[in-house]
Amino acid sequence: MEEDNPNYLAGIAKEIRKKIIEMTYAAKSGHPGGSLSITDVLTVLYFKEMNVDPLKPQDENRDILIMSKGHASPALYATLAVRGYFPENILNGFRSIDSDLEGHVHRGIRGVESSTGSLGQGLGVAVGFAIASKLDKKDNKIYAILGDGEMEEGNIWESLMAANKYHLNNLIAILDRNMIQLDGFTENIMPLGDIGEKVKTFGWDIININGNDIGEVISAIEEAKKSKNKPTMIVANTIKGKGVSYMENNPKYHGAPPKNEDEYNQALMEIGGI
Amino acid sequence: MEKLEKLESLREAYGEELSILGEKNKNIVVLDADLSTSTKTDLFGKKFPDRFFNMGISEQSMVSAAAGLSLAGKTVFSSTFAVFLSNTYNVIRQSICYNNVPVNFVVTHSGISLGEDGPTHQILEDVGIMSGLPNMKVIVPVDAVETRRVIDYLSKRRDSPYYVRLTREKFPVLNDSNYDFHEGKSVTFRDGKDITIIAYGIMVSFALKAAEILKNKNIDVRVINMSSIKPIDRDAIVKAAKETGRIVTAEEHSVYNGLGSRVSEIVAENYPVPVKRFGMPDIFGKSGKGMLLFDYFHIGVNDMVKATEEFYKEEFK
Repeated sequence: MEEDNPNYLAGIAKEIRKKIIEMTYAAKSGHPGGSLSITDVLTVLYFKEMNVDPLKPQDENRDILIMSKGHASPALYATLAVRGYFPENILNGFRSIDSDLEGHVHRGIRGVESSTGSLGQGLGVAVGFAIASKLDKKDNKIYAILGDGEMEEGNIWESLMAANKYHLNNLIAILDRNMIQLDGFTENIMPLGDIGEKVKTFGWDIININGNDIGEVISAIEEAKKSKNKPTMIVANTIKGKGVSYMENNPKYHGAPPKNEDEYNQALMEIGGI
Repeated sequence: MEKLEKLESLREAYGEELSILGEKNKNIVVLDADLSTSTKTDLFGKKFPDRFFNMGISEQSMVSAAAGLSLAGKTVFSSTFAVFLSNTYNVIRQSICYNNVPVNFVVTHSGISLGEDGPTHQILEDVGIMSGLPNMKVIVPVDAVETRRVIDYLSKRRDSPYYVRLTREKFPVLNDSNYDFHEGKSVTFRDGKDITIIAYGIMVSFALKAAEILKNKNIDVRVINMSSIKPIDRDAIVKAAKETGRIVTAEEHSVYNGLGSRVSEIVAENYPVPVKRFGMPDIFGKSGKGMLLFDYFHIGVNDMVKATEEFYKEEFK
């Protein structure tokens, strides 16, 4: 199977990264930094691990993904387009008045399960989906992609408790631990420390990985899927702006696209061919 | 002789109706935030523990999970005290209303009739907060009978989120047992030609009493129960404006952003006549016996009689 070839998945990730740059540059707006950090995780999920079919986006046994960090809409939209949920040329309209691709993740888009953008809500929504799956005796998985800055929201900790209470082993949260939020580094804005240890004390299994290493992402998700009675959080240690040197670890590119054509061309060149 | 009022608890009617509906409708799930013995969702929870989720004192996660459960196809009822649901305004805004998922929020202990718990808990702004949200519908049942009908109605719908506002106190039963709820339609409890009182909740009972007193002063008062606040019964409001010339709105809520505001907008846009908004001014409540607080804040029956009479006789140039 081609999805078992790491080079195949790496190629997909490159394609998605290029689209993230293209769509945010075209929009002169959007959040490339946290989109590039989570690209490898989304690639593995949509092209290998998740049971989804773009031709049957409402299939009742599909896996569910909630993009709680809704500002990473470029990453999700690009992933869905490359996966075949909608034509790739639609991405060009991102954030524009005549497009359905709203600035933050919008449920009206084919393949999107829940609107997000105001942070801290997606994990709880995923908890609701996971409880429903248990009631209906489905064996699908529910994924929630969280930002690390988002861990400062109280609702996240409420929902962590609920997932523990209801033994939601069908729930897999993936934390994009890129160490940066809008105003700067997380450890300066609101120290999160060893966030995995904190979540562990809430009754979750924790898997620490390099979230930009496709092989590690695959192994972690496959381990999480085997959980017998606990929810799992994969702490994906990532690089914000991954793949574009001037964006990497630079808080300025949390919410700013390439500034000019030189930056744009450099970004595409560094991401490289498919 | 005033006929003896039959009082019944709206929140108990809610819990009982839920536990009856839960028998037939296995798709119903109920969430609460550590107040189930007060909101009466415990009546459902005891009968159907597998479909009852006590989320703890965590309203935001309750509302988020309600969104997920509803997106996954469940018929969701979610309850807490009215004041605590407002903790979650932006979760309701994004995950419920913007997603447009059919979650039924049935909240209790609203308004000053809550009594002794005092101003921290007596929310008087929630009808405005919730009415302002796109897709959200807002209903305030007038009695236990209407509460049962509304809950039954919501259990069969999946078109939008709803906010149903209940109270702690028992309220007079005004409807017959064969009453049926119609969303967006008001019920005229008493016809009259001189002036109309449009009310919801306990204020409907007050208005009926006020109308009896005003009859002795030769003022013929129409009393309308506007339990469906969003969507609202525009036709009944315009008709009252045309036929009675003056409208008093009465609500156990701030006069800002509630029924008074909605009625004023409709009257101003369609058939301008003078409107008097009767309700809490821009202030918080206080502790005390719930039913004594209405007189304390000058929004009891006698105050309504006085306000309506003065307004009826007032000359507008």
